[in-house]
Amino acid sequence: MVLSQEFLFPLYVFVLALFAGYDVIVKVPPILHTPLMSGANAISGIAIIGGMLVAGPNEVSVITILGVLAIALATVNVVGGFLVTDRMLQMFRRDTSPRR
Amino acid sequence: MSQDVVIQVAYLVAAALFILGLKGLSSPATARRGNTTAALGMLLAVVVTLWYRGVVNYAMIFAGIAIGSAAGAVLAYKIRMTAMPQMVGLLNGLGGAASAFVAAAEFLRLSTQQPVFPRGEALSIGLGALIGCVTLTGSVIAFGKLQELVSGRPILFPFRNVVNGGLFLAIIGMAVYLVVSPEGAYAPAAFWGLFAASLLLGILLVIPIGGADMPVVISLLNSYSGLAASMAGFILNNTVLIVSGALVGAAGLILTQIMSKAMNRSLTNIVFGGFGAVQGGGTGGGPQGDKAARAGTAADAATMLAYARSVIFVPGYGLAVAQAQHAAAELASNLEKRGVDVKFAIHPVAGRMPGHMNVLLAEANVPYDKLYDLDQVNREFEHTDVAVVVGANDVTNPDARNVSNSPIYGMPILDVDKARSTIVIKRSLAPGFAGIDNPLFYAEKTMMVFMDAKKGLADIITEMKGL
Repeated sequence: MVLSQEFLFPLYVFVLALFAGYDVIVKVPPILHTPLMSGANAISGIAIIGGMLVAGPNEVSVITILGVLAIALATVNVVGGFLVTDRMLQMFRRDTSPRR
Repeated sequence: MSQDVVIQVAYLVAAALFILGLKGLSSPATARRGNTTAALGMLLAVVVTLWYRGVVNYAMIFAGIAIGSAAGAVLAYKIRMTAMPQMVGLLNGLGGAASAFVAAAEFLRLSTQQPVFPRGEALSIGLGALIGCVTLTGSVIAFGKLQELVSGRPILFPFRNVVNGGLFLAIIGMAVYLVVSPEGAYAPAAFWGLFAASLLLGILLVIPIGGADMPVVISLLNSYSGLAASMAGFILNNTVLIVSGALVGAAGLILTQIMSKAMNRSLTNIVFGGFGAVQGGGTGGGPQGDKAARAGTAADAATMLAYARSVIFVPGYGLAVAQAQHAAAELASNLEKRGVDVKFAIHPVAGRMPGHMNVLLAEANVPYDKLYDLDQVNREFEHTDVAVVVGANDVTNPDARNVSNSPIYGMPILDVDKARSTIVIKRSLAPGFAGIDNPLFYAEKTMMVFMDAKKGLADIITEMKGL
């Protein structure tokens, strides 16, 4: 019923993605944890795709308006997130001054 | 249908770019490139979705994107680095809201426009609304607490765990109804009830948590917004949503776990425990009557530092609040010019977010190879002449090691008390977030400089010029 074929495949994808995510993220050093949070947060703005699919039909209805709102909010998340992460990462530099 | 295949392949590429992008964050040298890679993945996913045949409402969609981009760009460039936790919290809430709206829109579409409302969809819609709404309001409250618009003290109300538990059960009940009879007469009531109740639950869950624990909350909410995006992916049968949501969910959970371990408190204690509320008869409060801390001036501190061979700075939240990171960096670089070896010891929960101190110090141009985390730096303290604690308190408190009934017992700390001598720059002897006294301040080897972090560091710099 709920665990139909159609549900199982996305579930596989989800579980595998969790494993991949764990593996990649566990290797991020503490020094970069703040950009990790803001970067991962930007990726969560992928909800914009959901908004676009919902707002897709060429009509003005509660449904498409909800979709456009979702798009606007998710875009702030995406653009704001990636830009602020970039701004932070720009500041990290090695010690290039000559040793005394 | 070849268009579908192309789109699916493009989504796969986008997901791969996200993973590769996050991989780039494993080192400061490749991090910026990684971020750009992930951003490109997002761009690809968005562009390809525009091409999808069901998406034709270009005017409205572009309007949404344009407004969102403008707002996002303005926020990203105007925000102060010290406000980064608030920013992440807020952005996170917006993402949760987006997922909640998608769930709502899909509910409306499936119940009014489609003849059949499949149960699997109903489940994803219910969960998506729950997670998205809790994330939204939870994040707003977290933002408020960090921005100090809402009291940082935990706001406890009686029976709060019962109320929250009851609310959660009600939500589950409504979700179950939705799944069992999505086309039933009460389905809309169940859905909107679930929606509203989840918004309320978000508020009630976060309000009792103290301001100092907000980093954990934000990390947790970050992972929830990832899960919300995954739910949207299940609803819309969209793999890039599912994968990205899982990545973000994993990131949030891992960071949350790291932080709980660093504070040595279990997650349930943080979320449900009301830690940091003003205790009735605690050992908090001002300095103890029979203990006296040795006080010194900026001049004394400058002398100690100028003649040291090795110095470790221990920055804490107080440094961020006082905007003293530039002064600290300047002092560090002046010391280095005198031939002193300088390190910065960064505790995992220093500042208001994991890694926040690192960002603030990077902003002040401290090279990242001077920033050491707890494991790397703890063995150095016993060989160090002077440790300088600026705006940090609980993370240096030796009670965590020595006193088994202390509230912070077992929490990993920086072994500042092992240094040959210590300078603490702090406005007063007031306790930190844990509400307890810190014996480090009363130790023989410790000299307190009772000043604001920024002024204190600036005065030390001035005094040192004359030495």
